[in-house]
Amino acid sequence: MEQSFLTTKISEIVAWGRKYSLWPMPFGTACCAIEFMGTVSNMFDISRFGAELVRFSPRQSDLLLVLGTINYKQAAILKKIYQQMAEPRYVIAVGACATCGGFYDNYAVLQGIDEVIPVDVYVPGCPPRPEQILLAIVKLQEKLEAEAKGKQAKDQLRAKAQILDSARHSEFKGTFVPGSQTTSGEKH
Amino acid sequence: MELNALSEQFKEAILQATVRGGQGVVECQVAKLHEILQFCHQSPVYQIDVLLDVVGVDYLGKAPRFALVYLLYSTNLKHRMRIKVWVDEKDKVPTASDIWHSADWAEREVYDMFGIHFDKHPNLKRILLFEGFEGHPLRKDYPVNRRQPIPEIEEKL
Repeated sequence: MEQSFLTTKISEIVAWGRKYSLWPMPFGTACCAIEFMGTVSNMFDISRFGAELVRFSPRQSDLLLVLGTINYKQAAILKKIYQQMAEPRYVIAVGACATCGGFYDNYAVLQGIDEVIPVDVYVPGCPPRPEQILLAIVKLQEKLEAEAKGKQAKDQLRAKAQILDSARHSEFKGTFVPGSQTTSGEKH
Repeated sequence: MELNALSEQFKEAILQATVRGGQGVVECQVAKLHEILQFCHQSPVYQIDVLLDVVGVDYLGKAPRFALVYLLYSTNLKHRMRIKVWVDEKDKVPTASDIWHSADWAEREVYDMFGIHFDKHPNLKRILLFEGFEGHPLRKDYPVNRRQPIPEIEEKL
């Protein structure tokens, strides 16, 4: 084998590298963060999926893991951290609270982080098992691969994310009109 | 733990005084609340030097509507006391922050969640919720999932 080489597309090889080199930034506010500690540690070992380098700085990471309840005071902080992350950035909402507010249907809690930032993968559970968090990372890797496979799919996803970003921004402001949201279930 | 010294000192103001599980439970009138707390703090019999918490309870439909419970502890004698008063929305409850500094934040939390006013409190404003929040969310007549805007949110987002 004097001349061994393989052919690929630049987008696919970039995605391949990106897939196994996710840098998570945990935004832990509740018990889901404890489960994430378990996911990182030796029993479950997140490094098998190439995402073991947990950074507590949004500027050095591309995967935002929202682990726990986000209330209105936290919402602005979460949004700011998301905006500080470098593109391309991905978000996993871990647990019932980050996904939909969980059982905190009350005066203080955001009913799902997708009211403020776009989300790539949702993980149910209260709290989810470490296996579920690992599955979410695998699902995100699949999504990254799919993005690279077709430019069209990638553009669509990006456009969707931008629409979500702008729409949710305006909805976020509109959602909290006093008295307008007194029933549960009506999210928007 | 015995409550005779307290009962003798404030005969009329004390509605009920019992010892349950080694813990003194006292129900008293608002008018004498500050004096009673001061007495517990200073008397050598009780030596209450810690105010653990001030708790509000909303008994909607009752008059007076709210109950305030002061949870007290003595680090020297290792005994606990619970002092309960009944207050109404318009009542001005004397602050305990001049006796124990921990009352400052505890009373602010009660004010935040129930809207009970404390007289002569050094800084009676919301502690957990943001400025501009309407109503008091732990009142029983506050709609359980009524959400409100944060005025500064637009600047931050």
